[in-house]
Amino acid sequence: MGGPTAVLPAPGPQAPAGPPGAAGPPRSPRPPRRPAYQDGLDRFKDAATTEPGRLRIIGAALVVLVLVFGAMTAWQVMDRASSARDVVERSQPLTANAADIYRYLADADATAASGFLAGGQEPKRIRDRYNDDIRRASGLLAEAAANSEGSGTGRRQIAQLNRDLPVYTGLVASARANNRQGLPLGGAYLRYASEKMRTRLLPAAEKLYTAESDRLAADYDAAEALPWAATGLGVVALGGLLWAQRRMFRRTKRVFNVGLLGATAALATVLVWLVVGHTLARGGLTESNDHGAKSLQVLSEARITALKARGDEGLTLVARGSGAVYEETYKADMRQLSSGGSDLRDGALLERALLLADDTSGSGPVNLAIGDVRTWKSVHAQARRSDDSGSYDEAVAYVIGGKDRDGKPVRQPTATVFDALDRNLSLAARQEQAEFEKAANDGRDALGGLAVGAGVLAVLASAAVVLGIGRRLSEYR
Amino acid sequence: MRSTVVGALAACAVGLGAFALPLVTGGTGSGEGTGHGASSSAAKSASARQAAAGTCDPTASLRPSGGSEGSGPGVDRIKKRGKLVVGVDQNSYLWGYRDPGTGRIEGFDIDLVRAIANDILGSPDKVTYKTVPTDQRIPAIRNGTVDMVVRTMTITCERLDQVAFSTVYFEAGQQLLAPKDSAVTGFDDSLSGKRVCVAKGSTNEALLAKDSHGSKAVLVPNQLDCLVRVQLGEADAVLTDNALAAGQAAQDPSMHLVGKKLTDEPYGVAMKKGDDGLVRRVNKVLEDYRSGGGRSPWMRSFDKWLGHDLDKPSAPPSAKYKD
Repeated sequence: MGGPTAVLPAPGPQAPAGPPGAAGPPRSPRPPRRPAYQDGLDRFKDAATTEPGRLRIIGAALVVLVLVFGAMTAWQVMDRASSARDVVERSQPLTANAADIYRYLADADATAASGFLAGGQEPKRIRDRYNDDIRRASGLLAEAAANSEGSGTGRRQIAQLNRDLPVYTGLVASARANNRQGLPLGGAYLRYASEKMRTRLLPAAEKLYTAESDRLAADYDAAEALPWAATGLGVVALGGLLWAQRRMFRRTKRVFNVGLLGATAALATVLVWLVVGHTLARGGLTESNDHGAKSLQVLSEARITALKARGDEGLTLVARGSGAVYEETYKADMRQLSSGGSDLRDGALLERALLLADDTSGSGPVNLAIGDVRTWKSVHAQARRSDDSGSYDEAVAYVIGGKDRDGKPVRQPTATVFDALDRNLSLAARQEQAEFEKAANDGRDALGGLAVGAGVLAVLASAAVVLGIGRRLSEYR
Repeated sequence: MRSTVVGALAACAVGLGAFALPLVTGGTGSGEGTGHGASSSAAKSASARQAAAGTCDPTASLRPSGGSEGSGPGVDRIKKRGKLVVGVDQNSYLWGYRDPGTGRIEGFDIDLVRAIANDILGSPDKVTYKTVPTDQRIPAIRNGTVDMVVRTMTITCERLDQVAFSTVYFEAGQQLLAPKDSAVTGFDDSLSGKRVCVAKGSTNEALLAKDSHGSKAVLVPNQLDCLVRVQLGEADAVLTDNALAAGQAAQDPSMHLVGKKLTDEPYGVAMKKGDDGLVRRVNKVLEDYRSGGGRSPWMRSFDKWLGHDLDKPSAPPSAKYKD
């Protein structure tokens, strides 16, 4: 409204269809500056004094309540469902991607060290693996860049990784070139490359991973948040319907009003559907988190730690006598990786993964991995003994394969053990990924149709209210 | 005094070591420059004081003997084992390094090891090479892990308290290494505003800290890392022992030694303290190794490994004996 401030205020022309009873001729000295709501209020007061009027008011209130409940339910359910979809289709895959970026980078680092140990002529297998790691890491980086719209931290880390990755590969290339010429300088380049990897690339990848898993946690929280507003409105609307029926029963002695009864049934259905559906969804999501996502997190941490240990093992030999630092970090990595399976509660990664694995198909590969770690440790100890006793070549053979000092091929170099370990961990991760997807999809399915159903049922319920009240009103004519 | 320092490798006159030592900033210089210098400053002043007081001449060793005096428990142990166990480096190009192509350890230090094995065991190949990090050289000798250490190891008074040394087999010294087109011409004001790379905890770091000439230090774990930094443009020059600088220059022909030798670092073979028989035996090997003028094994080994990058001395360092 807000008409222009005229000098002579005109009488309110916008009197609606039904003018209030006492509307005398406009008195010019005191213009009726009554706001519109005042008219409505007056009408309401008049209506409230008669039973049909009351019924109309009650009917209107019920219709509004039912429709608001339906809308709120549809909105909150869509919100939960979209968060659940984000968990499954966006944040979990992106978290897995970030973990993969980290893993490929760490693998490139470990592989470069192995290739270096193999001498001037790097075996094709090792070279391919390194190239593959770099290619996959940069591919995933591009993917992550395309999907990291919201997160500033994520974008910053991706930018840093994109800047540093070519620097790293350049250093490795220099290391190779010098190594091929038989120059110890190659080793210095490789150590510098590895330092860049460990002090810049891997920490950035780790931050990216943390940012993505924070987002995963936030999506989980949003999807699992209880729809209090919808539930509350549902209870109020249901209460209102019951109250209206009780009131009608008292005044008219009619037990049933079919319209209101239908509305009550529809409303109760939506409410039960909402509570049961969301509880089921929550259950599925919680299970996917506890048994899938958390296991996956521990397993990918374990794979990364194993890779770090593998890199350190190689660098201990690359450093040729000044590798004590790498040997120390190797030992720390291995301790973090597994305590040998004796005590599950000591917090080592594989033992934690075993605790989180809920069936034998999950725990089987983890148990094998724990065995691999044990083997790895013992072969590594042999390699260290060889290196310490001056048989460098034999030590290298224990680590990347080759011949021992008697000229016999080393049966189980740590390279083989490591590959088996990584295979088992990847198997366990696949298992957990499947479990995650199943539970999370079950959770999502529990919300399926609820938003639309709630909307349709709410419209039906409000129509039933109108019908029910209309039927009563008609009795007053 | 200055002239003796300027004398570089040519000036290997008897007694130079003792004379020059007070000038030497890093008496405890680990030859490699990766020396772990935790106690180096205290030790440095101690050895400098000792040297100044004339109580210690680090370069004087025991008289050589190939006969009965040149034997004893140390030599017997080696003979019984049939292998000489030597602590070496695998990373110092031209001195002790593993050729990635052949997988063999080679270098100037290694030639000497082979000569010693040949003398004691009759074959230059009866050697077990153990790679020892810089800070493990003395412990490895003391706990018997190795019979001796031949690993660009500087003889100092402080170390003589813990191990025995042979006579000097090489006279090294700290020197600057820079790209050939660099404006750096020596350890002087041409360093102003430049970044000089040194190994952390080394005597090189100490020397640079004392007299930076307006330069900024770039610290790395290992002297060879310095060459990486220079090649990547992260440093302008390297301060390290000239012996090792030669190894760096050999790996990058665009680098060269500039200026004068700044300190004296006499290298010796380290052995267990009290194992006099073995020390005399090694000194005997060194006598033979040095003799023969320009055709001596020492000279031939020098030509093979170091001739390209270091000025050739007129003769190997002379032996000095205390008994």
